[in-house]
Amino acid sequence: MSAPVHPTATVPSPVMDPRLAPPFPTAALPILQNTQLRKNVAHATDVIQAKRNNLVAEKKDWRELRNSAAAIRAHVLANLGSYLEEFETNCTAAGGTVHWARDAEEARAIILRILREENATEVIKIKTMTSAEIQLNPALEAAGIKAIETDLAELILQLGDDEPSHIVVPALHVNRRQVREIFAQKMGLPELSDDPEALTAAARTYLRKKFLSVPTAISGANFLIAETGSVVIVESEGNGRMCLTLPRALITLAGIEKVLPRFADLEVLLQVLARSATGERMNPYTSLWSGVTAGDGPERFHVVLLDNGRSEILRRKVERQTLQCIRCGACMNTCPVYRQTGGHAYGSPYAGPIGAILTPQLEHMQHAQSLPYASSLCAACYEVCPVKINIPEVLIELRAQVVNQERSQPARWFDPMYLGMKAANFAFASATRFRLAQRLGRVGLRLFTGKNGWIRRLPSLGARWTMSRDLRALPEETFRDWWATRDAKPGKESR
Amino acid sequence: MRASLFITCYNDTLFPETGQAVVRLLERLGVELDFLPAQTCCGQMHANTGFRAEAFSQAKRFVQLYRDAESVVIPSSSCVAMIRDQYSGLFEELGNEDLRKQFAALLPRVFELSEFLTDKLGVEDVGAYFPHRVTYHASCHGLRGLQVGDRPFRLLNKVRGLQLVPLANLDRCCGFGGTFSVKNAEVSTAMLDAKLTDVLATNAEYCTALDNSCLMHLGGGLHRQKKSLQTVHIAGILASTAEHPHGAAV
Repeated sequence: MSAPVHPTATVPSPVMDPRLAPPFPTAALPILQNTQLRKNVAHATDVIQAKRNNLVAEKKDWRELRNSAAAIRAHVLANLGSYLEEFETNCTAAGGTVHWARDAEEARAIILRILREENATEVIKIKTMTSAEIQLNPALEAAGIKAIETDLAELILQLGDDEPSHIVVPALHVNRRQVREIFAQKMGLPELSDDPEALTAAARTYLRKKFLSVPTAISGANFLIAETGSVVIVESEGNGRMCLTLPRALITLAGIEKVLPRFADLEVLLQVLARSATGERMNPYTSLWSGVTAGDGPERFHVVLLDNGRSEILRRKVERQTLQCIRCGACMNTCPVYRQTGGHAYGSPYAGPIGAILTPQLEHMQHAQSLPYASSLCAACYEVCPVKINIPEVLIELRAQVVNQERSQPARWFDPMYLGMKAANFAFASATRFRLAQRLGRVGLRLFTGKNGWIRRLPSLGARWTMSRDLRALPEETFRDWWATRDAKPGKESR
Repeated sequence: MRASLFITCYNDTLFPETGQAVVRLLERLGVELDFLPAQTCCGQMHANTGFRAEAFSQAKRFVQLYRDAESVVIPSSSCVAMIRDQYSGLFEELGNEDLRKQFAALLPRVFELSEFLTDKLGVEDVGAYFPHRVTYHASCHGLRGLQVGDRPFRLLNKVRGLQLVPLANLDRCCGFGGTFSVKNAEVSTAMLDAKLTDVLATNAEYCTALDNSCLMHLGGGLHRQKKSLQTVHIAGILASTAEHPHGAAV
């Protein structure tokens, strides 16, 4: 076997398991050094965001459409139990089998059991972030079943021993020259050019063999329709359509929040999804199916409904809106943090602003606690979200939970951040204390102030500021002192 | 007209010249301004870092202090956004009915400076003179939180001698984000570099904004990189006249 060609060779392989991944600031460090990756991310997000902005601008009723989409999703979450049961009834009546998975482990066990029943040694997959959430591929591999990713981007990552960095465009951090290297080496095509047509032709040849020979497939779901028991998948390549129609057995893994009440709700959701996700009026391939149909498509169809922490999120007033997400990725493309780091720094298949709120909650606030802080709270995500998730509001809520968990821990007693926050609160409680703190600060900072009146280097947490930014020395007179004495000063405007 | 100035903790401590400019500007426009010395902080830093009980104390203090004010003027878009977006949630969680009512009554009388000028006073031409090339940075909390829209542009366009140069990627954050700039210093720095590239490309002499927190970040980066481009709060520009230019002793 040839050596792995990691497309971002200067960076260690990203860890995408939130339980094992380093905290966001640490994970971001090697990426910030990777000029090529950052260039790829900036270019790709620029292109998608410009397309999205144009298509939203042309839609005169975007505001109403967005309100409708948000209202539908909020209504679903308020009535989730009954819609899921309705979906189960209708999907079962149409010949599908519905399974309920409490957590990742149960979901993996259900999928493995079905695959064993199918005597599967290989399985073809449509891009599904939910399968990454439950770490499905390593579990399949351990069970001796080879997972073959058929989405072009996922194929690139699988062959390149890389990980997804975006929920819609998983290989957004890789450019076509890097794709060529991976394909040339892993497909044994040394003469391959980096022309996009040549690259897709190579992928097509490689994948067609799999489509024709592997009789079992795994998909995610964009939506489940309660009224009809249908599953909906949207995609751009048609590879998903192959996976959904050619195999004899199909397993769909879907988070419980993916359900919509009625078929007609797609009218709203498909419009906002395509425009927000890829900047298209309509996505190229939309597959809808209900159960099984004799002589057409898979003979056996299973839906695995995954909870994995979602019911817990549903119970919480502010955080519940997280589950309104339709996975368009618009928040990632517009996020100034994501644009600098790409997705790998988030240590989870769900990156960017939505990942920063979703991942820690899926982990029951036990892991990934640096993620709620991986945002400047600029609210660009909220502005573009087609289902109006107030991500900054949820980020702040989660930060409060982190602080409530941590503040009583002895390890935090001498943490400069906690000490600073406590001291500031003490000072803000009275104007006398605040004035004293201002004076102490001014005197204390004199130690670090240069002749030009600027501070270039600070200790402790301050060093994190002065790593790239100077700080003007504190002025000799605060505003309040100026105000208190301005009548007495000669030559000043009088009160 | 009477108004009470809430200067904010960081303007008070780090940017007294902004407060002085607000005083000069508003008094020139005939506003009778007062300053309650008991004021300290709006609670934004604590709230946004997750210290909710502490933020509540500051929020309660603010409401109790200003409940009888005719208008409250605040020269910081992020502090106004804190009050508008987060106080009601804090009071719902930790406060009582009285406090919620007092806050609901006070909220319509709380103004960010550019809002106070254009909406409350109904002026765009404040009689300022600032003969410089200026670019405007749209602070996220003003742009998306307060939705100030073109208010700052309307004010700046009426300043005599001022040449306004558009800033590319106007809607993109400078990377400050309060404690974000320290907790995620490296990412914050990368965002700052991207923003400074756009700011420097304007060839402006000054970069202005509604918020000194962004300007402290941009200015700190510019000073570290030894650039001559200066930062100035919009109050500094609007207060400036031929007789009393920006930077002159007060």
